[in-house]
Amino acid sequence: MKILVPLKRVPDPDTRIRLQPDGAGIETDGVKFAVNPFDAIALEEALRMRESQPGLEIVVVTLGGEEAIEQLRTGLAMGADRAVLIRTSPSLDSLAVAKVLAACFRRELPDAVFMGKQAIDDDSNQAGQMLAGLLGIGQATFVSGLEIAAGARRARCRRETDAGIEIIEVGLPAVFTTDLRLNEPRYVSLPGIMKARKKPIEEVTLADLGTEAVSRTTVVRLELPPRRKAGQRVRTVDELISKLRLEAKVI
Amino acid sequence: MQHILVIAEHAHGVLKPATGSAAAFARKVCAETGGAFDLLVLGADVHPVAVAATRYGAAQVLVADSPALAEPLADRYAHLVAEIARTREATLVVAAASTFSKDLLPRVAGLLDAGMVSDVIGVQTEGGALLFRRPMFAGNIVATVRLSGAVKVATVRGAAFAPGPTQEDPSALTVVPVNPDALPSLSTFIGREEKAASRPDPTEARIVVSGGRAIRSSEDFERLVGGLADALGGAVGSSRALVDAGITPNSLQIGQTGKVVAPDLYLAVGISGAIQHLAGMKDTKVIAAINKDGDAPIFEVADYGLVADIYEAVPEMIAKLKS
Repeated sequence: MKILVPLKRVPDPDTRIRLQPDGAGIETDGVKFAVNPFDAIALEEALRMRESQPGLEIVVVTLGGEEAIEQLRTGLAMGADRAVLIRTSPSLDSLAVAKVLAACFRRELPDAVFMGKQAIDDDSNQAGQMLAGLLGIGQATFVSGLEIAAGARRARCRRETDAGIEIIEVGLPAVFTTDLRLNEPRYVSLPGIMKARKKPIEEVTLADLGTEAVSRTTVVRLELPPRRKAGQRVRTVDELISKLRLEAKVI
Repeated sequence: MQHILVIAEHAHGVLKPATGSAAAFARKVCAETGGAFDLLVLGADVHPVAVAATRYGAAQVLVADSPALAEPLADRYAHLVAEIARTREATLVVAAASTFSKDLLPRVAGLLDAGMVSDVIGVQTEGGALLFRRPMFAGNIVATVRLSGAVKVATVRGAAFAPGPTQEDPSALTVVPVNPDALPSLSTFIGREEKAASRPDPTEARIVVSGGRAIRSSEDFERLVGGLADALGGAVGSSRALVDAGITPNSLQIGQTGKVVAPDLYLAVGISGAIQHLAGMKDTKVIAAINKDGDAPIFEVADYGLVADIYEAVPEMIAKLKS
């Protein structure tokens, strides 16, 4: 069994996001980057599956430039077996990413793709479903529980939906996108970092994969959202009720 | 000129209000660019839903009704939606943002080789091109984006497009034939654990009372947040901290990675107001907050702030609302 885990390099979730003065992009100077937290959950799930299924191979992959090797190293230090860097320009939309991942899938032929349900930078929540659609394979999104028995060709998933937990079975290969509650990813350990140094990171180009990356999305401008004005302080519960009733007229 | 295909969402035989928002978005685009929109209802035994859907100003309501569509499995639904979009030469496929549409529409976009924009909060035309506004980075940035290609896909935020009054003239109903054997069967529906529906859905409620870290147990949450929501006839929500602590279920989480709400009143009880939480509620009309910490960031966005211990203030408020 082989699991492919795409990792996206994103600004650390605790970073304060600032716009470049011309609004053309996000200020990246001095910004710390991290593996997209949902992707870390996806990798953790693969690592846990390997604990009960020795021999399972975990391949982490990312798209981008030299800088994205940092996130692959994190993935290897967490325990992935090997890593692939696909050289692309940094600003691809979800469809372009899904097409590149589809080409990578055809080369690696994994049994499953585990990836985050969304990246916390563009919050699009698209790439996994697009990938499954492009490949014509099954998908389970917003996964909070996942069972794939050793040697099985089906997965049983619990999915977080607006209506509650949904349980579905999906034939393999399939794409699984992970929700927050699936697991809590491990921290990278020092021995993990040492071991990771010996693990291979392969670099491939789009030409190697026989694909191209064309985005259909153009960002015209970025802006800060209008700020809400801080309102008034009230001193008592009575005053709060009265303001909500008589001034705001919402209760 | 646009030909828009709006995907309706329904549950238990009732059209979801957010479908009205998706239709309102489609009407707005058609008003700016010319064109028309159709509303597509997929499911099993959905004739009553389809009839309800005829009141939103669509040129046609398309009904794909089959036992094979009883559950919204993405592989089947996407196959059918993509096929209908192709046959009818749709230029834009739209649904209200929800876990249903977020599961389905990106797959449709993949099948149609279409660019997609999620969580649209605004739309305009500039030089004939459609420009979509959407939040990124937990709502800290608003991007204006353009999509290229003959067909585009979008999910739109219900709160950003008011459904508007229903139309007197009903749309025409058209049955779309479904051949179950031609549908992919990559997945199987096993079951659903629906949450108890004693309170309204926070994404649809006029009032949402939401609890945060200051709440110490599930019992306290039910007594304080649940009690206050019941006294106000509202829904309950929760910050991520309480879900992580196992005090509230995931389905209540409001924020960047949970639900996005924009009610008339959001009453934050013991919520500090991290940016990831604000991303899920800051388009609310009126925000009120009760928190012991007067420096909590929630007070920077709250219209009304009460610095108080929630364990004292909330029971008092419930009692006074009931009297």
